[in-house]
Amino acid sequence: MSTFRFPPSITSRPVYGTLAPRPGKAHLMIADAEGAEALLDLAAADPELFANAHVIFIPKGTGDRFTEPLKAANPSILHVGPSYAASVPRIRRVLSDAHMGLQVYLAGTEGLMGQAMNEATAAGIPHSAIQTEHRGSVARRMQCVHCKGITEDVMTDPFVCAHCGLTLFVRDHYSRRHAAFQGVCIDAEDPGNIPDPVELYS
Amino acid sequence: MSAGTEKIDVTVTDIVKLNDLVTRFKFERSDGGQLPTFSGGAHTVVEMQDDGITRLNPYSLMSDPMDQSAYTISVRRDDEGRGGSLFMHNRVKTGDRMVISYPVNLFSLDLRARKHLMIAGGIGITPFLAQIKQLDRLSGRFELHYACRSAALGSYVDELTANHPNAVHVYYDDQKQAIDLQRLLTGQPLGTHVYVCGPKGMIEWVRKTSAALGWPEEAVHYEEFLAPQSGKPFQVRLAKSGITVDVGEHESLLEAIERAGIDAPYLCRGGACGQCETDVIESDGTFVHRDHWLEDEDRASGCKIMPCVSRFEGRTLVLDR
Ligand code: FES
Repeated sequence: MSTFRFPPSITSRPVYGTLAPRPGKAHLMIADAEGAEALLDLAAADPELFANAHVIFIPKGTGDRFTEPLKAANPSILHVGPSYAASVPRIRRVLSDAHMGLQVYLAGTEGLMGQAMNEATAAGIPHSAIQTEHRGSVARRMQCVHCKGITEDVMTDPFVCAHCGLTLFVRDHYSRRHAAFQGVCIDAEDPGNIPDPVELYS
Repeated sequence: MSAGTEKIDVTVTDIVKLNDLVTRFKFERSDGGQLPTFSGGAHTVVEMQDDGITRLNPYSLMSDPMDQSAYTISVRRDDEGRGGSLFMHNRVKTGDRMVISYPVNLFSLDLRARKHLMIAGGIGITPFLAQIKQLDRLSGRFELHYACRSAALGSYVDELTANHPNAVHVYYDDQKQAIDLQRLLTGQPLGTHVYVCGPKGMIEWVRKTSAALGWPEEAVHYEEFLAPQSGKPFQVRLAKSGITVDVGEHESLLEAIERAGIDAPYLCRGGACGQCETDVIESDGTFVHRDHWLEDEDRASGCKIMPCVSRFEGRTLVLDR
């Protein structure tokens, strides 16, 4: 099972739910990796939904394990893309053509959900009306508060900023605007005093 | 206390009868100063001294929110009501001094919206008049669908259609014209918010239809002022104040509490804002809940009441006030 129960944290930290079918004329579903399982659960709960669903899926290391099952759910459009970045133009186009009543479902990693959430809210959907379900990796998309660079798929705390090389402490402080958690220099006061990295939630 | 209901002394400077039912009133500050600006959708609570009874009725402000020289309201005559609108229609004269509250907005535009879709029924047009003036300034995109009984009773139709020929759509009941809501809501671009002000049935219709079509409730805004209704007289004990008050047939619980000299909280006086929520300490009887505020559990528990519109029938009622 690809679900993980995040321990309670500060209010800034996003919380995710369980995707549930909602009435609507059109459904946009965006998932990466094990997020596909959440979409398949949704299809099992309400197969009708998929007749008007546009599914954008990024396998992200899961190979083609989910491609056939997703096809079998019979979505009106299934797009399997190589990366989130590559699917952004498609997401924007779908949103710009959409009408009120579109339902948005996001599933998979926090980085994917956060970024896709930004696209949907920028298109005018209230963030509280967008459904999310976390599946798979607990890796985080981190922003270095010093150089502002984004490091994707961070699995340890602390970690080294991919842009400026500082060693950063992984905070639960989240920015919806950047769709990223904040990373803060861990040895600013005592340079060189860096604890051993520990895997997140291990 | 009447939070946000700081008072302003005003003089009635103009009264215009628009049609058989609706009359417009203009208020300017009696001290010649400027009124506060407001945001479209705000209302003011007008105090009426009606032969010893103080009536406090909310009316939507319909003037330009940036115009600080005067406020205007439109009052629809309600012959069946408890008398507030009749007082405005029959007793208020140009030059009269009145007291109104600072504007309070429980029906504001969500300025994150890409487009504002407005649905008005009858006198429910008034908050939209101010909102449209606000959007004019911001070059905001809007569309108004306005249903009225007949052309003769179509308040402000001419002004609206002349100023916004492409954005205003009017429907007359007597010509069997009706808003095709299903179609209207289906064709809206992403980021549209819908606003409805009108009779209860119309609000329900828009809320239900939009929900069924998948509109998020965050994008659906509505305003309905309930007028307090008459009912059987009852007695209430106010525990904190240590007094017992008789609530008359034609006054609301809130009005009776105020008449006893207690400064109780309120904002909308129409069962919508939640400000007047009061804890019940003891009761033996039935509540007549009429508000839009309390959750079903609150009602079932018998522990809360909204005194602006709700009543009580029975032997004992003790409130934490
Ligand atoms: S005063 Fe607003 S609900 Fe009673």
